[in-house]
Amino acid sequence: MNLNEEVEILKGVPLFGKVEPAKLKLIAFTGERMNYAAGQELFHQGDVGDAMYVILAGSADVLLETPNGQIRVAELKKNSFVGDIAILSDVPRTATIKAREPLTTLKISKDMFYRLVAEFPQMAIEMMRELAHRLEDTNQKLRDATATKAA
Amino acid sequence: MHRSLFSYIWRHSRSEQLVILSLVVVAQVFYFLSLTVPKSIVNNGISGNAFKEAAEIRILAFDIPLPDFLGGHVWHVFDGIRVDQLQYLVVMSFVFLAAVIVNSQFKRIINTQKGRMGERMLRRMRYELYDRILRFPQAHFRKVKQAELATMIKDEVEPLGGFIGDAFVQPMFLGGQALTAIAFIMMQNLMLSAVVIVLLAVQMVIIPRLRRPVLALGRQRQLTARLLAGRIAETADGVNEIHVHGTANYERADISERLGHIFKIRFDLYNKKFVAKFWNNILSQATPFAIYLMGGYFAIEGHMSVGAVVGVLLAYKDLPSPIKELIDWDQQRQDVQIKYEQVIDQFQPEGMMPEKLQALPDGPPPPLGHEIVLTGVTVSDDGRVKQLDGVTLSIPTDSRMAVIGTASSGKDVLGQVLARLTLPTSGSIKIDGQDFFEIPESVLGARTAYVGQETYLFPLSVRDNLLFGLKQRPTTPAPYDDATRAAREIFWREAERAGNPVLDPNADWIDYKLAGATGPADLLPHIVETLKQVEFDEEIYSFGLRGVIDGNRRPDLAEKILAARKALHGRLQDPAYAGLVEQFDPDRYNKNLSVAENLLFGTPVGRGFDGDTLAADPYVQSVLKDAGLDQDLLRMGLSIAETMVELFSGLSPDNPLFEQYSFISADELPNVRLLLQRLGGKGVQAVPEADRLRLMTLPLRYIEARHRLGLIDAAMEERLLAARRAFAAHLPDALRGAVEFYDFEHYNSAATVQDNVLFGRLVYGQAQAETRVVTLISEVLAELGLRDSVIEVGLEYNVGVAGKRLPATQRQKLGIARALIKRPQFLVVNEAVAVFDGRTQDRIRDNILTAANEGRGVMWIANRPNQAESFDHVVVMQAGKVVARGTPAELQAKGGLYCELMQSA
Repeated sequence: MNLNEEVEILKGVPLFGKVEPAKLKLIAFTGERMNYAAGQELFHQGDVGDAMYVILAGSADVLLETPNGQIRVAELKKNSFVGDIAILSDVPRTATIKAREPLTTLKISKDMFYRLVAEFPQMAIEMMRELAHRLEDTNQKLRDATATKAA
Repeated sequence: MHRSLFSYIWRHSRSEQLVILSLVVVAQVFYFLSLTVPKSIVNNGISGNAFKEAAEIRILAFDIPLPDFLGGHVWHVFDGIRVDQLQYLVVMSFVFLAAVIVNSQFKRIINTQKGRMGERMLRRMRYELYDRILRFPQAHFRKVKQAELATMIKDEVEPLGGFIGDAFVQPMFLGGQALTAIAFIMMQNLMLSAVVIVLLAVQMVIIPRLRRPVLALGRQRQLTARLLAGRIAETADGVNEIHVHGTANYERADISERLGHIFKIRFDLYNKKFVAKFWNNILSQATPFAIYLMGGYFAIEGHMSVGAVVGVLLAYKDLPSPIKELIDWDQQRQDVQIKYEQVIDQFQPEGMMPEKLQALPDGPPPPLGHEIVLTGVTVSDDGRVKQLDGVTLSIPTDSRMAVIGTASSGKDVLGQVLARLTLPTSGSIKIDGQDFFEIPESVLGARTAYVGQETYLFPLSVRDNLLFGLKQRPTTPAPYDDATRAAREIFWREAERAGNPVLDPNADWIDYKLAGATGPADLLPHIVETLKQVEFDEEIYSFGLRGVIDGNRRPDLAEKILAARKALHGRLQDPAYAGLVEQFDPDRYNKNLSVAENLLFGTPVGRGFDGDTLAADPYVQSVLKDAGLDQDLLRMGLSIAETMVELFSGLSPDNPLFEQYSFISADELPNVRLLLQRLGGKGVQAVPEADRLRLMTLPLRYIEARHRLGLIDAAMEERLLAARRAFAAHLPDALRGAVEFYDFEHYNSAATVQDNVLFGRLVYGQAQAETRVVTLISEVLAELGLRDSVIEVGLEYNVGVAGKRLPATQRQKLGIARALIKRPQFLVVNEAVAVFDGRTQDRIRDNILTAANEGRGVMWIANRPNQAESFDHVVVMQAGKVVARGTPAELQAKGGLYCELMQSA
């Protein structure tokens, strides 16, 4: 996969949707492309977070460590990104991410992420939008849960 | 050392001085001859005075008249020859020539002898001064600066060497010359000589007076220069403080002030020196003035022959220079005497260690006694504050004892006293009745060990630092072949003549028995064992992986590492490791190597093919041209430049992304953009000559797998492979040493051990590739039993000046290992583990205690009181006194300070 193909994929990632193609190329160029075999972990719950990942191909499981063992809570597909919480809020990884099939990611280190956000405010806005969506999603789930409990 | 330089010189070079003196005396005969012969030539040979009565005379007769009491007989040695005037002229001219030649020969021999003697004395003096540094009391090092000591030994005694050769000979020689000349003048005319003598006397009195202030200034110059050297060293030592506190300009002010003083002293020196020179010249010209005037007058009046006046003038021509030199000598004498005194004053502090304590041991060290008894030991710097106050303590040398107390309890001073680093002000220490301070250093050095809070490392390898404590005496002489041996013996004889010891640093000084080994062959396991005790083996192992060995010097090891390479590549066939390493294959383009590395296909040696110099190399350029690649690479360069301009143009120049990722620096980017604009898509043909090199370096740095610009397709790969083959095939002999090619069957002496095993490149973008592959390499090396060998390579790592290439914790580990490898009978650990984290401290303590079996004792001065719980005996100190001692259980039962300290920990 060369740079231009990666840029094409990045164009489909909502986070980078509004970033102009030339800048996407910079992100692709400075980001590290990482390949994982099925079963390999991107990171483990509790690790110190140093990078976020954009999934370029393949899929991965989001796993939570609970007292009753690992439970799968979500699946990541092409174009989603993961690992942003740990680098934004300096908390340990909140979940384990494990490749479900051969996986290709673009790894963006914490330093670089902040530099990119500083250079391209558009990215920060996209990020906020995504986080707001997730929050709304969680709120919705919470409402559903309380409603179910009350019922 | 003698206060007087002269008696020092005389004592050590008497016989040589006498030989030279006798040569000087003999030389005077020929000197006199070279003065009298010209007179005879002028009077008899040219003017013909002797031939007025007879046409022939007898010359060169040599008679020895016996005195009257022996019969008054005249003994004719040589009857001489009869010559006429012309023959006389010829013979005497040749006699003159011969006298001049012999005279010069004497000068040459005398000067050589003097030079050798002077250099020997200089060597002796430098050695003696250095020897004294080794015997200085510790306290003296707090008063003198290292740089000043170095300046004194190196620079300040240097002029002494030049003078020593002349110390006795010069006054004799010059004095002899002057007396000969004066005697000759006196023989010609008493009156004339009286005038000459008076004028000389005036010179001899006035000139030294003029020079006295010059000497005083010279002394100041020496002192200020020495202080400057000390100050510069201080700046280097304290450079961190200067930066941290932002006081660079304060330091500048100080140096500028000092340089100003030095300038003033030096300029005054010039002034005074040239005033003295001026008068010296005037006075020395006053004498020929008198000779011309009066000699001329006597010749006109007929009191003197013209030949005699010429002779006097000739004699005088030679006279001012010895006189002047004599005056110079006298000044130099005073000057070096001052220098000498100023140096040796710094080298005789109170309380120097007696020489016998450092005598070279003639065999293995005797064991230490069984019990160290301290009686009333008090340490006090100024007599008032007592760091140790009447400590009375008996310490069996095989006991495991911990000393605890607060920071001001004096426990650390107790440790220093037991290492003899601090001397007690009063009280006594005895080992089995023998005075502790009379035990030779070599015995203490071999049988005891001390580790303090800070470790000094010499700028050598880890190995040399580790084994430093085993080198009390040469154990095995160096093996020399006959020729080298003969040369070495001459070298040692010379050392003896200069009072230097005949010790051979090339000999093997390591006392293997002390480390528990029998010789160099089985030392390594002991080293590894010791490194494990201080948890340093892993780190040395990783040094070893990154270390380099010369395959020609260690063919055995190179062979084993090749075996590891083959084993690793066997293991990498396992599907679990698929795609992690791209092996070096001469017939395939390696996507994880840069274009340059692919072309070279080897490790550059030296600077020839290193980095960006590759593009500028004429041979590389010719290879690329022949392969028809130069235009293609230029096109690639242009393409990379365009991409970089596109990617990085929007960024601010100080964005770190430039440094990390761009092929072009932020400073250069505008120039490149300008170049691209000028070209305006006209293609590579239009690239100006001056910019070609810059564009060429870009593709050479390009790594397809990492940069992913898709610039190298299959066809391009083939052409680059062809260029790779051409590069190797036609490499000129001169460049053959500049690259070590990758070859699966051969060890690469230019690459690290790890790269040799790997023989390939990690593939970019494979998760955890590095960790997994490095682990696999370690596994393979361990399976082949190569772990210790890799550690051995790691031991060659140079620790840098004062060990600065190692972090503080590693320095300290090495310091402790250096003590442990001696297997000391009695080990003092003086808060030496404080730099480690708590768990490491405890583990290292336990390792030390486990290692110290078979009656070996440990005295542990604890930086945390609860470290003491593992010891058989505990001594509790407070305010310089021992307040309690016993087993931990006993002390626990008694309560008091012990329990307080334990709770506070």
